[in-house]
Amino acid sequence: MQVKQVSVTVNGETYTTEIEPRLLLTHFIREVLGLTGTHMGCDTTSCGCCTVLLDGLPIKSCTYFAVMADGHEVMTVEGMALASELHPVQQGFHEEHGLQCGFCTPGMMIVSKALLDENPNPTEDEIRWALSGNLCRCTGYQNIVKAVKWAAHKINSEPAAYRR
Amino acid sequence: MYPPPFEYVAPDTIEEALALIAQYGEDAKVLSGGMSLIPLMKLRFASPAVIVDINRIQGMDYITEEAGGLRIGGLTRYRTLVRSDLLKARYMCMASCGPQVADPLVRNRGTLVGSLCHADPQGDWGACMLAMNGSIVARSTTGTREIPIDQFIVGPFQNSLNPGEMGVEVKVPSQGERSFGQYLKLERKVGDFATAGVAVSIGWTGGSISHAGIALTGVASANIRASGAEAALMGGSLNQGTIAEAARQAAGACDPKTDHRGSSEYKREIIRVYTERALSAAAGLRAA
Repeated sequence: MQVKQVSVTVNGETYTTEIEPRLLLTHFIREVLGLTGTHMGCDTTSCGCCTVLLDGLPIKSCTYFAVMADGHEVMTVEGMALASELHPVQQGFHEEHGLQCGFCTPGMMIVSKALLDENPNPTEDEIRWALSGNLCRCTGYQNIVKAVKWAAHKINSEPAAYRR
Repeated sequence: MYPPPFEYVAPDTIEEALALIAQYGEDAKVLSGGMSLIPLMKLRFASPAVIVDINRIQGMDYITEEAGGLRIGGLTRYRTLVRSDLLKARYMCMASCGPQVADPLVRNRGTLVGSLCHADPQGDWGACMLAMNGSIVARSTTGTREIPIDQFIVGPFQNSLNPGEMGVEVKVPSQGERSFGQYLKLERKVGDFATAGVAVSIGWTGGSISHAGIALTGVASANIRASGAEAALMGGSLNQGTIAEAARQAAGACDPKTDHRGSSEYKREIIRVYTERALSAAAGLRAA
């Protein structure tokens, strides 16, 4: 069995460890690093619950080998919050009741953050397209869209605090 | 789901990658976006002994236009294609297809060359490339050759690469002085495979049609070209009569299977209607 040494930066902290090449990024995050905020949902590239940012772009971590992330930067839902408060997207999901059971929420929030990083003032259509790779079985999506709009408004009202 | 164990190599250059796939032959599989390969490995439909991860190779992620044609690198992802103004202006079939392939998260990883190599009968890009007369540049340690898409997709999940060869680039010729392209896809929900899809790319040089490309998704054992439909348009013009005839020919060219996405008759009718719609849109542009 081949074992590879990798160095992966997750939420700003670099982890160097030996892993099997077939280890999926989701399992690496959850089981090796113990960061269980990232959820394994369908395990078939459909639901988006396992979404994380890889070098700033959202990907489905169930369809990515951890060994591929060697030298790259990953952000999980645990890395979203700012120093002094929750990220505006997290606040938005709280304020607008953007979740019920919460299983899809880490993926939804990560995708929403990536959207707002690229396009801080999205239309409702753009929000729905951005979220189209993420499934929610509870909310009917209405409140998720509202939550993203809330976050966009917050970011735009205080750009100095939230724009990168 | 864990795939079976495999040996992982991640070369830094194309030359190293080619040497590795020459060395391992059919035991090796090239990993680019991984959006088809990794699910297949997890389901254990594929269990390559060696994975050659090409994602670390620099200089394979590009879209360039030169001498009237387009070149797209082996690591150019759907994300980049979707955001390209060049495709929106002159390679419209691709620009139209991009946002309909899978979902935004998959599009952040998936590569055009990888998708074409995978040759899924329900893949959208294959139809797009057939309609645009694209080709794949294949490299091995012994040389480089260009394979027209018609000879590249040889069956369901089958391409014509030899062991030791890797697809490194896609080429698309200019579609004409003026051109129009559209990809119409029926899907049950966002991100689904096509129930049926039609790729159309029409080019005009002077007053008449100099390029007529029509190809289909999900209605045969591979993406197919609707040759009869193309012949009905070449050298002529788009009018109600030629559009209806081309649509009829396209419906006749397909051999859809009845499945959970729809009956054979339904899919055939979709092909007819979508061909007519795309060609009507092309005719509208020509009139404008």
